[in-house]
Amino acid sequence: MEAKLLMGNEACAEGALAAGIMFFGGYPITPSNEICEILSNRLPPIGGRFIQMEDEIAGMASIVGASIGGLKSMTATSGPGFSLMQENLGFACMAEVPCVIVNVMRGGPSTGLPTQPSQGDVMQARWGTHGDHPIIALCPTSVKEVFDLTITATNLAEKFRTPVILLIDEVIGHMREKVVLPQLESIEIIDREKPTCPPEWYRPFEDNKSGVPLMATFGEGYRYHITGLTHDEMGFPTTKPEEVNALMQRLFRKIRQGFDDILLYEDFLMEDATSVIVAYGSMYRTAKTAVLDLRQEGHKVGLLKLTTIWPFPKIAFENMPNQVEQLFVPEMNMGQLFREVVRVNRGKRLTHKINKVTGELMTPAEIIHEIKRKGV
Amino acid sequence: MIKDIDVYNYLRHEKKFPLMWCAGCGNGIILGSIIRAVDTLGLDKNKIAMVSGIGCSGRSSTYVDFNTLHTTHGRALAFATGLKHANPELTTLVATGDGDCLAIGGNHFIHAARRNIDLTVFLFNNNIYGMTGGQASPTTPPGKIASTARRGNIENNFDPCKLAEAAGASFVARGTTYDADGLDELAIMAIENKGFSVLEIITPCPTIYGRYNRLGDAIAMLRAQCENAISVEESRKMKPEELEDKIITGVFVNKDIPEFCEEYDLLIERAQKE
Repeated sequence: MEAKLLMGNEACAEGALAAGIMFFGGYPITPSNEICEILSNRLPPIGGRFIQMEDEIAGMASIVGASIGGLKSMTATSGPGFSLMQENLGFACMAEVPCVIVNVMRGGPSTGLPTQPSQGDVMQARWGTHGDHPIIALCPTSVKEVFDLTITATNLAEKFRTPVILLIDEVIGHMREKVVLPQLESIEIIDREKPTCPPEWYRPFEDNKSGVPLMATFGEGYRYHITGLTHDEMGFPTTKPEEVNALMQRLFRKIRQGFDDILLYEDFLMEDATSVIVAYGSMYRTAKTAVLDLRQEGHKVGLLKLTTIWPFPKIAFENMPNQVEQLFVPEMNMGQLFREVVRVNRGKRLTHKINKVTGELMTPAEIIHEIKRKGV
Repeated sequence: MIKDIDVYNYLRHEKKFPLMWCAGCGNGIILGSIIRAVDTLGLDKNKIAMVSGIGCSGRSSTYVDFNTLHTTHGRALAFATGLKHANPELTTLVATGDGDCLAIGGNHFIHAARRNIDLTVFLFNNNIYGMTGGQASPTTPPGKIASTARRGNIENNFDPCKLAEAAGASFVARGTTYDADGLDELAIMAIENKGFSVLEIITPCPTIYGRYNRLGDAIAMLRAQCENAISVEESRKMKPEELEDKIITGVFVNKDIPEFCEEYDLLIERAQKE
C-alpha cells in the first residue's frame, strides 16, 4: 500500500494498467491528454500496444479491432472527440465488443470550453450513437474513484461484452489527491468468457442464460463473421423479423439481467432526510459539503450519489425512504440527468434542478442557497 | 493459366450464396483472385483476417471462410489497424471500394499508408457508388454520368495508386478483372509484401455505371478493360496524351521499408531493456 499524489487522469491510466488494458488507440484532445501520454509510455514495457490514430473515429475503430484481436482495449477523449466516436461506439454495441471509452468532459457544445469542467455529455453518452442500444456509463467523484471505476468499467465491458463509458468531468480529471492504491493481487479482474467447444460447434452470437455470447479471439481457430449489420446467431446479416427481434431483445436483456453488478449508487444521511440531493461526478463533492452544512443548521438533508448514470439506477429511488419529499439535482449542464430523476419519481417527489453552465464549479453555497429558496 | 484450386475450401457454405452482387459484376473475379492467392501462399485460414467496409466490396468478407470483420463505412482500415497491431500474426486483408476507401475513408487510407502497417488492401474500383444506386465517387472521371451527376461529373478524380505511393505505401499495383491471371500474381505479391500494400482493381459495374455511361454489357466492359490496359513498362514509353483513358497495370511500387508492427515490437524490446 503506497500513498501517491495523483491527478485524476493519471489515476485513470493506473487503473487501466491494473485492469489489464493492453491496447490504447486514440487521438489527442484537451483535457484528456495525460491518459494517452502516460499509456503510450507505460504500455510498451509490459508488452502492451499503443497507437495514436489519425482522428477519434479511427481511435474508436482501432480499439474495437484490437479487442477482437484479443486485447483489453481503451480510448480516451473529450466532447468533440466523443462526438466522432459515436459511429463506431454503436458498432461496438451491435457487435458486442468489450472496450472502454473515457470521456473527460469539457464545456460544450462544439469546441466550447476546452479547459473548463462540464457535465454536458450525459445525454450524449446515453443516446449519442444512433439506434436503440443499451449502454453503461460510470461517473467517478474522486481521484481514487477514477482508479477504481476504470477497473470496474473494464470488468463490466468484459463481463457483458459491451462498450463502457467512463464520464469524468474536467475537475476530477485534473484534480490532484492523495491516493492509496490497492495491491494488484487484491483487485478483482474479469476476463471475457471464451468458447471451449470445437470450432464447428461455435455459434458466435448464440443466446444463453446470461445473454452474453462467448467471444472467440480472431486467430484462435474459430473462424466467424462480425458485422455492424443486424445479424443472426452465426453473425451473418439478417432482415428476418424474428431474428432481428431476438438480437435486439437479447442486447437489452443481457444488461438488464446484470443490474446487480452494473447499478452502483450510495446513500448518505438518508435515514431521516426529507430533502435529498442527487449528484454525480464533481457535483457530489459540492453536494456533500452542502449536506453537512445544512445538517449543522438542523435541516434533514440527505444525499444520493449516482456512480452509474446509465442505465439509470431507478432502483435507488424505489428504495428511497418514504419521508423524502423533495429532490435537488445539481448539475454542470442545463438539466440532463434531472429529466431522468423526474421520470423515475413519477410525480411522487417534488424535483428541483440546480444548474451551472459557466465553466465554473458549483459551490456548496450556491446549492444551499437554492435549497433554502425552495424551502428545505 | 488460372490455377485450379478447391475453392469451396475457402467459402462459407452456410446460406450465404448466391453472391449478392449483380450479374456481370467483377467483384466475384476479385474474390476468386484473393482466394487463389491465399491458396498459392499456403496460408492457414485460421490466421487470416479479412476486414471490409461498406458498399458492394464490403460484402466480400461475408463469403470467405476466414476471420471476417464487416465494419462501418470507410473505417475498415482503422479497424484493421487495431486488429493487426493487437494481433500481428494475423495476415490481414482489407476489402474496400473507391467510395469507401477514398472518400469517407480517405484519411484512414493515407495514414495507414504512411505508417506502412502490414495490411493488404484490395481496392475494388468500379468508379461509382454501386450499392447506394450510382452516385459519383472520387474515381468517377470528369464528364461521366452518375445519379448525382446527371449532366456529367465536374470534379476531378483520384488516381488511387499515385495517392498510395505519395502517402508512403510500400507496395502499390493495379490490375483488372479482365486479366484475372495477372490479378492472381499481383494479389500474391501484395499479400507477400511486409508492409502496407495497395492493389487497385478495375472492376466493371455494368448494372449502374455501365448503363449510365452507355458502356455496354459486362462483356463489353471487360473487353474495354482488355483494350485499354497497358503495362507500367509500356506506359513509360508513351506521352501523357497517349495515356488518356488507358488503364496502366502492373506494379508501381515495391520497396522494403520498415513496417509498423515490427517497429513497435522493437520499441517494446527497447522499453523492456530500460
